[in-house]
Amino acid sequence: MNTVNRADNEAIDPYAEERLKRTYFYPRAAALNIRDAWFVWNGYKFADCYYDAEYEYFCVRNSCATYDICPMQKYIVSGADAETMLNRMVTRDISKLNLNRVTYLCWCTDAGRMVDDGTIFKLGADKFMLTCGSPSLAWLRKSAFGFENLSIVDMSDKIAALAFQGPTTCEVLKQMGLDGIDTLKPFNIMHFPFGDSGAGSDDKPLMVSRTGFTGDLGYELWIKPELALQLWDALYATGENYGIQPFGEVATNMARLEAGFIMPGMEFNEALKTIHFQHDHSPFELGLSWLLDFKKPHFNGRLALLKERDAGPEYTLVKLDIEGNKPAEESHLYSDKGCNHEIGYVTSAMWSPVVKANIALAMVKTKALKGDIWAEIYYGKELRHNSKQVKCTLKQQPFWAPARRRATPPPAY
Amino acid sequence: MQQYDTIIIGAGHNGLVCATYLAQEGQRVLVLEASDTPGGLAATREFFPGFKASVAHTVSHFSAKVARDLKLAVHGFDSATAPMPTVGLNSAGEHIVLSGTGAEAEINGVSAEDATSYRGYRQLLQRFAELLEPFWLKTMPRVGDTRLSSLLTFAQLGLKLRLLGKQDMGEFMRVATLPARDLMDENFDSELLKAMLSWDGLIGSKMAPRSPNATVLALLYRMSGELGGAHAIPVGGIESLIGALNSAAASTGVEVKTGARVGRILIEGSEDGLRATGVELANGEQIVAGRVVSSADPQRTFLQLLGVEYLEIEFSNRIRRLRCEGYVAKLHLALDGVPNFEGLAKPDGRMIIAADMDAIEFAYDDAKYGNYSQQLVMEILVPSLHQESLAPAGKHVLSAHIMYVPHKLKGGWTEEARAILVQLAIDTVAIYAPAIRAQILHSELLTPLDLEQIHNVTGGHWHHTEFSADQLLMMRPTYEAAQYSTPIPGLYLCGAGSHPGGGLMGGPGHNAARQILG
Repeated sequence: MNTVNRADNEAIDPYAEERLKRTYFYPRAAALNIRDAWFVWNGYKFADCYYDAEYEYFCVRNSCATYDICPMQKYIVSGADAETMLNRMVTRDISKLNLNRVTYLCWCTDAGRMVDDGTIFKLGADKFMLTCGSPSLAWLRKSAFGFENLSIVDMSDKIAALAFQGPTTCEVLKQMGLDGIDTLKPFNIMHFPFGDSGAGSDDKPLMVSRTGFTGDLGYELWIKPELALQLWDALYATGENYGIQPFGEVATNMARLEAGFIMPGMEFNEALKTIHFQHDHSPFELGLSWLLDFKKPHFNGRLALLKERDAGPEYTLVKLDIEGNKPAEESHLYSDKGCNHEIGYVTSAMWSPVVKANIALAMVKTKALKGDIWAEIYYGKELRHNSKQVKCTLKQQPFWAPARRRATPPPAY
Repeated sequence: MQQYDTIIIGAGHNGLVCATYLAQEGQRVLVLEASDTPGGLAATREFFPGFKASVAHTVSHFSAKVARDLKLAVHGFDSATAPMPTVGLNSAGEHIVLSGTGAEAEINGVSAEDATSYRGYRQLLQRFAELLEPFWLKTMPRVGDTRLSSLLTFAQLGLKLRLLGKQDMGEFMRVATLPARDLMDENFDSELLKAMLSWDGLIGSKMAPRSPNATVLALLYRMSGELGGAHAIPVGGIESLIGALNSAAASTGVEVKTGARVGRILIEGSEDGLRATGVELANGEQIVAGRVVSSADPQRTFLQLLGVEYLEIEFSNRIRRLRCEGYVAKLHLALDGVPNFEGLAKPDGRMIIAADMDAIEFAYDDAKYGNYSQQLVMEILVPSLHQESLAPAGKHVLSAHIMYVPHKLKGGWTEEARAILVQLAIDTVAIYAPAIRAQILHSELLTPLDLEQIHNVTGGHWHHTEFSADQLLMMRPTYEAAQYSTPIPGLYLCGAGSHPGGGLMGGPGHNAARQILG
């Protein structure tokens, strides 16, 4: 008869494979997550918020804050065919991308429907890093078929990455000893010495890009996992006097909405993940036509997108300034106050503390954009349901776009 | 300077057909052929001093319209050749012989019941074949295309189906994708008859009697034309067909350049998109033209000659997934005399070696796991009985298709593997013609891999890509390239990988030319 060692038995976690992974910053992030408010991103335990989402949001807007982007997907695409392969996959012309530059772009199916958006970092003549919100390896592999001098390595779990956003970020990094960080222009990349990386290792292990998802001054820091906690500690030690605070998904979502950035699962469905063929989106619908470089003779979806350009998209994503202060979450939109003619739906909505406006992103039938737009807003008040019809105004510019997001050098604090 | 309106890649029969149609309309056409002779898989080669053979060794459904349009009779092709009998070989000499065609079709060597069933079976299949007949020489419409001409084609197909009458229409829908096994079991008792009748639905494909797919459609495709599915060797042999096509092409001003291997298709990119502008030969020479028409197989055309960087991602992956592995090997024997098949007065028919459908099925089972069968199934004939020039006087050539020989053999095509297969094939033929061993002067084996290398056809596949339901009609080779045009302006397809398919018919070449001429 087998005897079961009770201690051993207890040590075996039958759900080990099912448990959420922990990011390289988890030990520090967990200590600060005093509300234990976690959700999931790409299989990682990920903070919804740490203490209070609104407080975190104000840190992003008024001081500085960190957002753990370890779960973001990172692919190193390299080899003699890397540029050709990526250039055919994405809509912008990355042959124009300079070394140590980053560009935001999207990629589409043959039918011109958006698979995902993301960024490409040019790290060498034949070396690129592609980042995106959800796994894209299957599409990358499909796109890579037929190219021989190409390597695609999924580095998602092998690079520690931290977004560092807010007006005082440059100052903190400068104080930390990142010489020249104030000269780093938006979408540029710099490499810095950091920590004691040991003999023989590369002497500038910290990569900093002036990128982010908050529409404000900010950076993203990329480093090998062994130095992740050292980086966090250095940042928090220096940032203490500059109001540093970790922020989670809720605050990110607020900041990106003010900046007018789109979010998968809210503004768009990734084309490869929809079941109904009309439930995906095109870059035209999402207001991303500026990402389409039709001067490029070929990119995936080009022919279909040219047709759509000529015909015009059925829907257009717009920015709305909405009367009142009740967020228009999940509202339907109408061309009349009586709510007889439906013309679209709100994708994201909030009361923007920094703009002091009731803002939203919404998908509206392109033809209806010339007329009135009314939102039917449902809201609760002490367990009573109420609804009201309010007028919406189209906004052309991002709700929040401070000059400092582009200023180089950024203002000192 | 642009010297040509059209460059055609490959001087196989479809390339030549397409070229001639275009030249008839005044186009300046250049056909580039990698080999030293035109004809592709139908080219006649000397495989031993004084002995010649072609991979395609019979004609069964060469389009009469193409022959007429191109005046092939004037150029030496006699399409009125009487078909040869098809003989199901039996080791006891009790062979089954199918001869004649149409109303004169005869069957010998089976029971009275089977003979009666055969007549009914033939009549039904003939009606189905006639239903499909007009569509082999038509561009199949793009799905979703609502132009009148496209709708009319669909309407015509619907009408044709309806005109079959309720009962036959139902029967057509039922049997169209039926496995050969079921179709034969329903109709016949004789195992040998079932095997030989299913042969033409299967050969050239990676499908066996129990595979549900396009066996019946393949049968009907081969039954198109005047021979009603019977096979013939024209007077003057297969050579006369290729010769006539070549001569017809030349007479309309087509320039055929052999030994001119195309290295890549030239693409020009601008703000207006991409456009095929010509080709670059393997020797680096560039030739520009208004359009490029490829009779090469779709994988070779898109993935090697063009390159995926110019294609859409999902489209390239569909091309990648085309099933292009050939499963037929070719054996050529140089013989010292006429082989003597027991129970046959003269071996001038097309002889099928497959005792029953299981023999075919098991050979397939071996092949799908990367081996060739130890019990080969074959189609053999002695073409030199029909065309004396294939062998020196008194000597003969035996030409055999060996079915289910994989392109990718487990362990690779070593000399040893080839020798064993040749010996197996000879032993198999010797069951029916025991004296043949002593008559063999030389043997040549062409595995699918050899066919690929000699004839530049991916996988050595007869049809360039599998003739199967998902790769037929408006899906051949795949949607967005099924109307002979491709996603690249200026680049067209005209080979067996396009509708209607392979075999010596001329359909793709004809249809592509019509599409190009508009």
